[in-house]
Amino acid sequence: MTVRQRFLRFFHERPHLKAWALLAPGMGWLLLFFVVPLLMMFGYSFMPRNPLGGVDAGFTLENYARFFDPLYLKIVLKTVGYALSCTALCLLLGFPVAYAIARAGRLRNFLIFLVMLPFWTSFLVRMYAMMFMMRDSGLINSTLISLGVIETGFEMLSTPFAVLTGLVFGFVPFMVLPIYSSLEKLDLSLLEAASVLGARPAKSFVRVTLPLAMPGVVAGSLLVFIPALGSFLTSDVLGGAKEVLVGNLVQNQFGSARDWPFGSAASFVMMTLVLGAVTVYLRVRDAGEAMEK
Amino acid sequence: MNTQRLPYWLTLGVAVVFLFMHAPLLVLVLFSVNDSKFSMEWKGFTTKWYERLAERQDIVDGLMSSLTVGLASTVIATVLGTLMALAIARHEFRGRRAIEALLYVPIVTPEIVVGISLLILFMAAHFPLGLGSITVAHVAFNISFVAVVVHSRLQGMDRNLEEAAMILGADEITAFFRVTVPQLWPGIISGAMLAFTMSFDDYVITSFVAGTDAATLPMVVYTMVKKNIEPSINAISTVVLLATTILIFVADRAGREESLTAKKAPAE
Amino acid sequence: MAEAPYAGPVVEFRNVSKTFGNYKACIDISFQIERGEFFSLLGPSGCGKTTTLRLIAGFEEPDRNGGEVRIDGQLVNTQRPYERQLGMVFQNYALFPHLTVERNIAFGLEMRGTPKAEVPGRVEKAMSMVRLDPGLFARRKPAQLSGGQRQRVALARALVLEPRILLLDEPLGALDLKLRKEMQLELKQLNKDLGMTFVFVTHDQEEALTMSDRIAVMSNSRIAQLGTPAQIYECPRTPFVARFIGESNFFEGKCVERQGDGWLVEGEGARFEVPNHPGLSEGGAVRIAVRPEWLDVFRPDAVPPGENALPGVVRTVIYLGETLHVLVRVGQREVAVAVRNEGQLTRPLTFKAGDAVVVAWMRDDCQVLEEDG
Repeated sequence: MTVRQRFLRFFHERPHLKAWALLAPGMGWLLLFFVVPLLMMFGYSFMPRNPLGGVDAGFTLENYARFFDPLYLKIVLKTVGYALSCTALCLLLGFPVAYAIARAGRLRNFLIFLVMLPFWTSFLVRMYAMMFMMRDSGLINSTLISLGVIETGFEMLSTPFAVLTGLVFGFVPFMVLPIYSSLEKLDLSLLEAASVLGARPAKSFVRVTLPLAMPGVVAGSLLVFIPALGSFLTSDVLGGAKEVLVGNLVQNQFGSARDWPFGSAASFVMMTLVLGAVTVYLRVRDAGEAMEK
Repeated sequence: MNTQRLPYWLTLGVAVVFLFMHAPLLVLVLFSVNDSKFSMEWKGFTTKWYERLAERQDIVDGLMSSLTVGLASTVIATVLGTLMALAIARHEFRGRRAIEALLYVPIVTPEIVVGISLLILFMAAHFPLGLGSITVAHVAFNISFVAVVVHSRLQGMDRNLEEAAMILGADEITAFFRVTVPQLWPGIISGAMLAFTMSFDDYVITSFVAGTDAATLPMVVYTMVKKNIEPSINAISTVVLLATTILIFVADRAGREESLTAKKAPAE
Repeated sequence: MAEAPYAGPVVEFRNVSKTFGNYKACIDISFQIERGEFFSLLGPSGCGKTTTLRLIAGFEEPDRNGGEVRIDGQLVNTQRPYERQLGMVFQNYALFPHLTVERNIAFGLEMRGTPKAEVPGRVEKAMSMVRLDPGLFARRKPAQLSGGQRQRVALARALVLEPRILLLDEPLGALDLKLRKEMQLELKQLNKDLGMTFVFVTHDQEEALTMSDRIAVMSNSRIAQLGTPAQIYECPRTPFVARFIGESNFFEGKCVERQGDGWLVEGEGARFEVPNHPGLSEGGAVRIAVRPEWLDVFRPDAVPPGENALPGVVRTVIYLGETLHVLVRVGQREVAVAVRNEGQLTRPLTFKAGDAVVVAWMRDDCQVLEEDG
């Protein structure tokens, strides 16, 4: 037998090995460059800070204890608040868009492509676009002034309004795509059938369209909530120094503040919130599937 | 009862949201050719902001770095991700659940957490920070992505095709390259385009693992945004926007290729 | 390479078993297929017929200690499909979508290293064999072909290699009735013209009866009966086979005593005779299958002597064109009697719903059944 034949026969007789051989490189990379770093970060969060940067040996809970300080507690709550508001607004704005596209017939593909563009465009560029519009000398102010609505420009940046608008602008496509994906299977004939049976549009929406869209709604909410929790660019570009979210806190600790353990702890607080959201998602999804049975 | 037309208020509302989603970017494009440094008025068409870009060494270097990292990380992530997708789609094995969970970790981890945890690793291991560390990071977050895209393409593929090849005399390796890969190719291209886009656009993770010397295009853009200099930012943003549009267009087209399951045949 | 060809059966299964996890797909399968034969594996979904075919192809291997699969006398249990030199037509044709028709057909030749000069000629010959005009179809892609055309390409792709056996996995299922009948005849003709062994899997018993030299009827992972179409149809061994092939009426009773060279049976509210069969004993239970065309319907006072007769009431008459099915209620059963249609407009059947009648058959026009294995 040739080497090739021997090689093939070896793996043919051991299917489990074949699977693992294919998985190994990718899995190895993920383990080494994802899981291990996360674990290290977890470890760092329990270690005391070395003033020259990095960590000292030792164990301490102080980094987590600092989160009970009202200053930091406020940051966490603010972040959750922003994430929840952003998700709610994205749902409010995004659902109708997804629905309208699903009903658009032949224009569907084109419209969805249009939604994909902002989705894939650099988040940084998009936040800059918002900044460009909202600056004191930006487009919005200039237009309002030239229309005579206001006399001098008002400050839009560095306000919660700016951050929230930026977040919604950033994440609305993340909501539209999963909902559309669920609704894609919406068969117009289903709606026709419902109307033939006497259902008014509102009723067929609730009975037919909404249940179909649910998995997309839940997935979209997750796809918005998680990055919103971890968001950093939006508040950095649009919020100035005034709106500090957990993401900015972390970045700060690894930047100028040089407090890696505290930064690690903050990251873990963020991860806990994320995992909480994922657990809720899984519960809701499983409950939904159970109901269908 | 007409179920075809949507109520006018809905169409109007959706149009407004669409405007909200796209107008800011269109404004950027418009102002990138506006011959005005600070004013919001239209002062005439010009390409000087683009010319300024070409003159700037940091922009050119940043672009080269981004392309290098993008290409390298895409190739590696595509190979690794495709192998993983093959393993998951075609084999039964214990620990399957754990692997699927592992693939989802990158998706639920916020970018900033990914960035700093990698920084911790690289520093602790004395791994030099630069284009290499950036590439490693980009591969890490792209593997899952390619794996998921290729996996779903594999699911739609006719298993019999490989068997047909085998009964005709092709062994597993030949069948893979002559039959499976051509079928998967659109999905692989689509996944690769999207992975390249994510790598090209990434700021957060890159900023943490780049160290002091290396700078990709997004990092240069960030500095420009923070310093708030001239309209060249609009120009570079437009370039990025255009590049993304082309990449996504290609990825979308490739992903749309004929479904692999038997299509409705023409009549006899 | 002038070895004397193997003289024995081209395929042989000896006590073959195949298990998937907890599920036994094949249990103790044994049979032989003769060279040039048109051999069918027939049965309902899940009976094990496709697994058996895949065992011949090499896509599945028998369990350890799960018997022997031999092709041309050679043990092939662990031989890979690409080493077996067989041809196969898949249920959904499995044409390579990215290749043209001629590249599809040429694929196997390429695998074998056939000299490039020979390839076009052989491809053309294969296409003619399946009646596909090379000029019209060679450059098309599978997506541009109709179902019937795809099927022919699949056939050509397998035949171009001149395999010793052609395996067909329900290849006609997706075709409409007329096309299916046409292909049945074509396949049968190819089998005879080429002298190639065909192994054909189907769930359509009519198809199997039409095309096969021999049929293996399978059920619940075993072979229920193996025989020629006539044997299967006229002498079904078990209730399953009797029910699966054509239609059957079943009658049950208890053997009372020997009568001549048969038995007198009491059952179905009357007495009737059955031919002798090993396994029948005095006082023992017996079940027979009687096909509708072996029964006849008479007025109660006009039963021919020497025939078994069961009284009943006509429930309805079904017009089937060539025949009429008279459904008669006998006791708790509904019995179907097939009567030749002599023209209902000129010589109509005299029986109608509600008439009291007798269903009768000659003693030997029945099949004594063994219990399902």
